Amino acid sequence: MTSPLLSIRNLSVAFTQGDRETLAVDRVSFDIRPGETVALVGESGSGKSVTALSVLKLLPYPAASHPSGEILYGGRDLLAADENHLRRVRGNEISMIFQEPMTSLNPLHTLEKQVGEVLKVHRGMSDRAARERTLELLKQVGIREAEKRLGAFPHQLSGGQRQRVMIAMALANEPKLLIADEPTTALDVTVQAQILELLARLKREQNLSMLFITHDLGIVRKVADRVCVMTGGRIVETGATADIFSNPQHEYTRHLLAAEPKGEPPRSDPSAKKVLEGDNIKVWFPIKKGLLRRTVDHVKGVDGVDVTVRAGQTLGVVGESGSGKTTLGLALSRMIASEGEIRFRGEPINRRSFRQMRPLRREMQIVFQDPYGSLSPRMSVAEIIQEGLKIHEPGLSAEERDRQVVEVLEEVGLDPEARFRYPHEFSGGQRQRIAIARAMVLKPRFVMLDEPTSALDMSVQAQVVDLLRDLQKRHQLAYLFISHDLKVVRALANEVIVMRAGKVVEAGPADQIFHAPKTDYTKALIAAAFDIATAPTGVVSE
Amino acid sequence: MAGFQSAAQVQRVRAEAARPWLSPINRRRWQNFKANRRGYWSLWIFLGLFVLSLFAEFIANDKPIIASYKGELLFPVVVDYPEEKFGGFLAVTDYRDPFIQEEIEANGWMIWPPIRYSYRTVNSEIPEAAPAKPSWLYTKEERCSRYPLGVDDPNCTMGNWNWLGTDDQARDVLARVIYGFRISVLFGLVLTAASAVIGVSAGAVQGYFGGWTDLIFQRFIEIWSSIPVLYLILIIAAVLPPGFWILLGIMLLFSWVAFVGVVRAEFLRARNFEYVAAARALGVPNRTIMFRHLLPNAMVATLTFLPFILNGSITTLTSLDFLGFGLPPGSPSLGELLRQGQRNLNAPWLGITGFLTLSVMLSLLIFIGEAVRDAFDPRKTFR
Repeated sequence: MTSPLLSIRNLSVAFTQGDRETLAVDRVSFDIRPGETVALVGESGSGKSVTALSVLKLLPYPAASHPSGEILYGGRDLLAADENHLRRVRGNEISMIFQEPMTSLNPLHTLEKQVGEVLKVHRGMSDRAARERTLELLKQVGIREAEKRLGAFPHQLSGGQRQRVMIAMALANEPKLLIADEPTTALDVTVQAQILELLARLKREQNLSMLFITHDLGIVRKVADRVCVMTGGRIVETGATADIFSNPQHEYTRHLLAAEPKGEPPRSDPSAKKVLEGDNIKVWFPIKKGLLRRTVDHVKGVDGVDVTVRAGQTLGVVGESGSGKTTLGLALSRMIASEGEIRFRGEPINRRSFRQMRPLRREMQIVFQDPYGSLSPRMSVAEIIQEGLKIHEPGLSAEERDRQVVEVLEEVGLDPEARFRYPHEFSGGQRQRIAIARAMVLKPRFVMLDEPTSALDMSVQAQVVDLLRDLQKRHQLAYLFISHDLKVVRALANEVIVMRAGKVVEAGPADQIFHAPKTDYTKALIAAAFDIATAPTGVVSE
Repeated sequence: MAGFQSAAQVQRVRAEAARPWLSPINRRRWQNFKANRRGYWSLWIFLGLFVLSLFAEFIANDKPIIASYKGELLFPVVVDYPEEKFGGFLAVTDYRDPFIQEEIEANGWMIWPPIRYSYRTVNSEIPEAAPAKPSWLYTKEERCSRYPLGVDDPNCTMGNWNWLGTDDQARDVLARVIYGFRISVLFGLVLTAASAVIGVSAGAVQGYFGGWTDLIFQRFIEIWSSIPVLYLILIIAAVLPPGFWILLGIMLLFSWVAFVGVVRAEFLRARNFEYVAAARALGVPNRTIMFRHLLPNAMVATLTFLPFILNGSITTLTSLDFLGFGLPPGSPSLGELLRQGQRNLNAPWLGITGFLTLSVMLSLLIFIGEAVRDAFDPRKTFR
């Protein structure tokens, strides 16, 4: 057995806020050996990111402190090391990539400057040498036509390419250890598969050690040699990946493994009443040029899509980001302007103004993706849920409104006492339940669900899916379910349309799409989602 | 595990039917505000001074607060009694007149405010030509030299001292400072409040609706704010009779612009928030969305700005007064005091008083502003 590259012993992290101290990480120990990938798995708030950040002492000191522990790297305790030593280690021997590729690159610098700077600062390379090395790195991380890309700015790159550049920067000084903090969470499943493959290749070629932080067990199974399962700031189970998956010891690990969204979507019923129909829906955004701002071209957000949503049934809309899923949903619920006829319960609504739409809003509701953003932080839960009632049933007495709020909170599985509290006191899953309650209190017939589970932890996702299915059965709701997460779509939708660049690539019953996909694009999506496998170049975006 | 514990977790919180009057976020802000000790004390000192100055008539006045005359209780501070009531002939009683004083003292009593001068009272008993030094710089003999009975005159008392001397028209400087402080702060407050209302509404409309509304309004504001304000005020002040409300109106024409930028930016950012989209999806009317969902966001930026705008308003009024284009002649104003200080360099107490009053007032406001900024800073977590 080789000696570990990095050894974390009894690490604790505490945060001080005012005069309150919270322990975020509680006596965590693990080793990373050379060439090994260790995955830290846990749900949000389990302390996995905080553990990773304390390796390089990147936490907001002095608000954060380490009551106990040591982090041994190369025979020295990094926690006790001075700033000079840390600077030599950071980015040089241990480097890090983050979740959000949109914000971790400086938008004002070209790729050459961005990557080259690391080389110049740490290695003192000349401009020419730095340029050559930059080119080599970009090729290594799979940026095609790297010479042409040297002068590109971050906004000219896709999310996946940006993450590749981040990796290039992290690898610039040939580190021994790479800390990857949810590096693929913000990316499409197809792109995620490509990035993971890249990381696996780099690890093979350069004997790189990796500390991989993720909440996604599918990824862990794909990339990690060893797994540490974290919850509530503690590591509850450590072991080889195969062992953990085949023979989980701790209750929490088993709970995590069982957390995949399960259950059957509603049975397709072509005779069910049509609730919402859209014919040849188009949302074109004009591109204006010149002094007179003449429209020279259009960005075709949604380009000629037909949809039918029936009572008690779910239409799933899937596709990569930017494929026009959300735009389609917003157009159908008349939140943005569109062309093409939209009929709600047989009645055309596409010509109605915002004001004329208002009576219909009660029957068409939307649940948004981000449960942190969709609830006003300044209103109590009761106020949030009552808002729609006040508009659509102004005659209700305060007691009657309160009674309905209590009822709907119970229906979504929250304690009615929650209505006196504010959103920030709730977890993500609870917030999403509040958002669902806000929609449900109006007794809608059609609900547009815009990625309602994407921002949630795996186990919470499963519960929200169960809740949505339950509500649908009880109230014969028609769902338009938009998601990039095919696992969730499979559990909810009985009809699926696959979108790419504003157009429908494939449409049909969910069974057929999932088991016998016709187009390469759909196949690639499914492979990436369920097996984290990459598709041949050109089929999906990068 | 993490699953249906939700309901149980909620249950653990007691049924708090009665909500505290401050929401948790506001309570945290108040704590942050208090944590800035300098700002916290500044707030109390400023409030104290301001409330005191609101009762300036009871502190510095040339009329007694209460008098009893022939068994009748009189309130000269609030009621103008004609002099014939006391056997004189003027329409308004001059209580500083020894004749009236003797008459009242003979038939009852009266209680004077601690300073027996109003801002426009001319002290005719100063020992030398105006501006006179602060009374405590004279000996008792000098101080009383102009009173009819000299040292033994009943009016040569502490109440008739000029604690900070007099200005070049023999008016008591302390009285003028008290009244001037009040008018400056009131002017600043009214101007700030009015410009906040206009500026926030304008910014809100621009930010919320965006597009052409925003574009046209923005160009208008660019033109509007490129007008040299001070010159314009000078020109208008030369045409219109200057007064409190006229000055306020003119300055309001330009001061609201300061708020538009922040509020507009805040609305532009927040109108795409999901909870705003959610409200729109609920069918909430635009006006309600702006008030209920967006305005609270903009309030943070606005409130942070407020003390500094208040400061700016006071400074502008002072500078106009200093130039002589401000409040009408004779009104108590700090700018006018500074001007007197500049003209009478031989009377340093004028300039020093004006300078100290202004700098204390403006510093207090800036300190409060800093604390407000701290209070609303979401990233401020410790200390």
